[in-house]
Amino acid sequence: MEFQILGIGILTWIVFLPILGMLIVLIVPDEKRDAIRWTAAAATGLQLLLSILLIALFDRSALGINDAASFQFIEQLSWIVVEAVPWVGRIEITYFLGIDGLSVLMVLLTALISFIGVVSSWKIEKMVKGYFALYLLLVTGMMGVFVALDFFLFFIFWEVMLLPMYFLIGIWGGPRREYAAIKFFIYTFFGGVLMLLVMLALYFSVSYTDPATGEQIHTFNLLHMMNSANFVEGSILYGLDTTWRYVAWIALFVSFAIKVPLFPFHTWLPDAHVEAPTPISVILAGVLLKLGTYGMLRVMYPILPDGTHYFMYLMAALGMISIIYGALCAMAQQDFKKLIAYSSISHMGIVMLGMASLTNQGTVGAVLQMFNHGTITAMLFLIVGVLYDRTHKRGLYDFGGIANQMPKYTGIAMIAMFAALGLPGLSGFVSELFSFLGAFDAFRWITIISVTGIILTAAYILWTVQRVFLGELSDEHKGLTDLTNRELLMFIPLAVIVIFLGIYPGPAIELMNASLSHLVEFVNGGVR
Amino acid sequence: MAENMNESIFRLLPEIFLTVTLVAAIVADLLLKKQNRHVAWVVLSGLALTAVLVWRQAGWNVSIFSDMLAVDPFAVFFKMLLLAAGVFIVLFSMKCRELGHNSMRIGEYYMLVTGMIFGMFLMVGATNLLLMYLAFELTSICAYVLAGFTRSLRKSAEASMKYIVFGAVSSGFLIYGISLLTGITGAVDIYGVRDVMQSGVGQPAALYVALTMIIAGFSYKITVMPFHFWAPDVYHGAPVTITTFLATASKIAGFAMMIRFFRVSFMDTNGMIQITSSVTESMQLAGQDMAVMEGGSGLIPWNAILALLAALTMLGANLMALWQENIKRLLAYSSVAHAGFILMGLALLTEEGISAMLIYLAIYLFMNMGAFFVVMLVTNSLGTEQISDYKGLGHRSPLIGVSMAIFLVALAGFPPTAGFIAKVYIFGATISAGWIWLVGVAGLSTVISLFYYIRVIRNMFLVEPPEYAEPLDVDRESIIILFLLLMPVLVWGVYFTPIITWAKDAVTMFGV
Repeated sequence: MEFQILGIGILTWIVFLPILGMLIVLIVPDEKRDAIRWTAAAATGLQLLLSILLIALFDRSALGINDAASFQFIEQLSWIVVEAVPWVGRIEITYFLGIDGLSVLMVLLTALISFIGVVSSWKIEKMVKGYFALYLLLVTGMMGVFVALDFFLFFIFWEVMLLPMYFLIGIWGGPRREYAAIKFFIYTFFGGVLMLLVMLALYFSVSYTDPATGEQIHTFNLLHMMNSANFVEGSILYGLDTTWRYVAWIALFVSFAIKVPLFPFHTWLPDAHVEAPTPISVILAGVLLKLGTYGMLRVMYPILPDGTHYFMYLMAALGMISIIYGALCAMAQQDFKKLIAYSSISHMGIVMLGMASLTNQGTVGAVLQMFNHGTITAMLFLIVGVLYDRTHKRGLYDFGGIANQMPKYTGIAMIAMFAALGLPGLSGFVSELFSFLGAFDAFRWITIISVTGIILTAAYILWTVQRVFLGELSDEHKGLTDLTNRELLMFIPLAVIVIFLGIYPGPAIELMNASLSHLVEFVNGGVR
Repeated sequence: MAENMNESIFRLLPEIFLTVTLVAAIVADLLLKKQNRHVAWVVLSGLALTAVLVWRQAGWNVSIFSDMLAVDPFAVFFKMLLLAAGVFIVLFSMKCRELGHNSMRIGEYYMLVTGMIFGMFLMVGATNLLLMYLAFELTSICAYVLAGFTRSLRKSAEASMKYIVFGAVSSGFLIYGISLLTGITGAVDIYGVRDVMQSGVGQPAALYVALTMIIAGFSYKITVMPFHFWAPDVYHGAPVTITTFLATASKIAGFAMMIRFFRVSFMDTNGMIQITSSVTESMQLAGQDMAVMEGGSGLIPWNAILALLAALTMLGANLMALWQENIKRLLAYSSVAHAGFILMGLALLTEEGISAMLIYLAIYLFMNMGAFFVVMLVTNSLGTEQISDYKGLGHRSPLIGVSMAIFLVALAGFPPTAGFIAKVYIFGATISAGWIWLVGVAGLSTVISLFYYIRVIRNMFLVEPPEYAEPLDVDRESIIILFLLLMPVLVWGVYFTPIITWAKDAVTMFGV
């Protein structure tokens, strides 16, 4: 499958449209704030349209994962080629993009959340130009990670996200923004260095034979790394179940787990969420966290399947702890935003648990949960943002009786809240069910304990509903206005998706099922 | 012999031309009198013409003046880097307000800069042990004077004094090591030393002492711990242009001399065996060589010493940088730390390691010069070097702020800047050679280094400028210089084929 616009592949357009937008934003004079906003909206809007087109053209039966031929919308250009010298072979880094069932929904999610993020950034008045320039750079980084199939490229996109995020939290954030920004930065940079080391070790361990010349070429191509026959005998990561492979697995796992974030690497998240401005929280929860679990599925699972098997109980246990611990922490919060931050940790734990099971059901559930959590949590953060914009407060005890004053708002909020709670009929339920079902096959007790997390979730969500939306409306909140059209524009697409996938999750599952069952088969087969 | 002499002189043209430039600078200084800041133009054009001459040496691989100097791709690579550094330093100096304290003697200043470049040219090519020492001293003596150039400032005089004391001690180390080595081997050049090493040495203990001394001598020049003590003080006290020069060019030349010395005399690499074995007749011989040399390096694990020094430097310098309040001191520690990263490459005993060092040095030159240039621009307009005074700089002058941020993240090793490529190659070579613990230390140090780089960025962007702060103005020439430095840092970050190819070709040394 190929699709080109003006001779350039659709994935390149999707990834680099925001950069194009960024360049325009940089040229537009400072005072023309609306022009800057509209540029950003146009760039992400076009990106969203292209992503929808991508879904429409997507071939649901293609496998992907480790098979270059069945990836779709492939673009492969040689980028860095250094000819061989006597003491080192040819060096090759490629610009290699492509999507399969694993990434297609993530691309849509990223485009959707990015666009909604722009809409919700409309009211930002502080250094508008800088804000949108960094925002668009961030979007390119996120999108790039989801479509890159060359480890080097993947890593560059991965790291490109860090600086814009640092500035977006650090300049436009709340009172403790500096602390939150540096904490986020250090944690993820540490993960990045670990990933870099593993990437280089893989690079020197893997070489494939060029079919044309018979030359041995070291490569960063992820698909070549997945083929165990390409590991050079005697290299550091050669073989199966060796100590170095386990070390590499742990290093990769930590670098991705920081992003997820999995207990015990999660402490940056509540700080970052609380201090970040609303749109950035939305991006963080909606897309950035998924990069961690996506990276595991894309890189760690197929390249180091032996480690994945060896450590699957560790992953499941950490998932379980995240679920319970996140929910317990959420119950203790008095800050609305912090509550949602901890609920994110809890929900990403479900993703981890489903993935760790290495069953088809669990993995499908996990990837669907990634998408659903992206949409639901984005809504939740927007909901806090709406209230914060109007009152500059987000304490759970500061409110009460909002339901009467803001009916539309409350309606939307209920959809999001109950979806987060896992109410049947809304999208969260389906993916959580699948994740737990898959996990139950693999590890019974861990799953049984994890499911109690659902009860805790119900408790803190219902309690929040009660404290914020029900009860007496205080006098100072009598003047609150309901959602504006701009705000409805952010909520409605998300709400529609949440309800639609709750009733009829089929289309989403179809998109990824072929690829994910192939992944599970490949990982399970890779060890035997 | 006479013909040989003629050829040698012909091959020495760039150095000869540098000497001409030096003399021209003196004459121009005398003629121009009050207008003597225009000596800079004389020096600039001299450097440009030298660059043309060096360019014409591309591909040569010869030894001249009976093995005194090598003119090979390795030397040419470094000469080009040094010239680039020299040109930028002269440009910086023309913009530097600090040097205005001594405008009377500014002509001498340019002359000394030329002299230092001349010394470094000899350093990168020297193959004779004595010439190595002389070149080392020539560079150092020019540097002593330059470091104290604004001597009316107390800190500058202090810097110069410290530099001389430390420099004298390390010169002592170097000459002591060299004389021991000559005594043991009876050789006067590095090829002779290699030949003796191949047939085995009778006094391992003396050789051990000699090598330790020589490593100590080099370590001072490239600021490797624990021989770095002079660096922060001297970098802090010297005029900012000279700080930049010491942190980049001088260090690069030191590395070049060190690489050549160890590569030619002591390194038994696979690369060497491969080159020999391509000639089938000498297969036997090569096998023999290898056996003997493995014995030699087994006796003296000099590369393990280097690895330990590198690890110590990376960790130590990065940790010390965390507490710095003065931007020049911070960059001084940062440049010490970078020396640690670079030194890893030599400990690996692979050609890959050396080529990674060359890549790192080339990239390091531009990113470090960029950072120092911004420091100089800020000092020019604000008169301060305190990191706390950088508050809100990004708002006061977005151009300076963004450039500084780019240079700093490049130093930290962030993609898509060239600093990332430098780190990738040095880390990659280390992993490829199997030194996992070393690369682990390097990774940890990289994370630590982020703390202090980001602190400057934080002050520039995350903190509001003080009330009285006015926007900073930068003149057009400075902006052009800034862009010239930014370009390689950004372009090599996404398209690094040229620098990699260039560095790989430059690993070729005469006699190996």
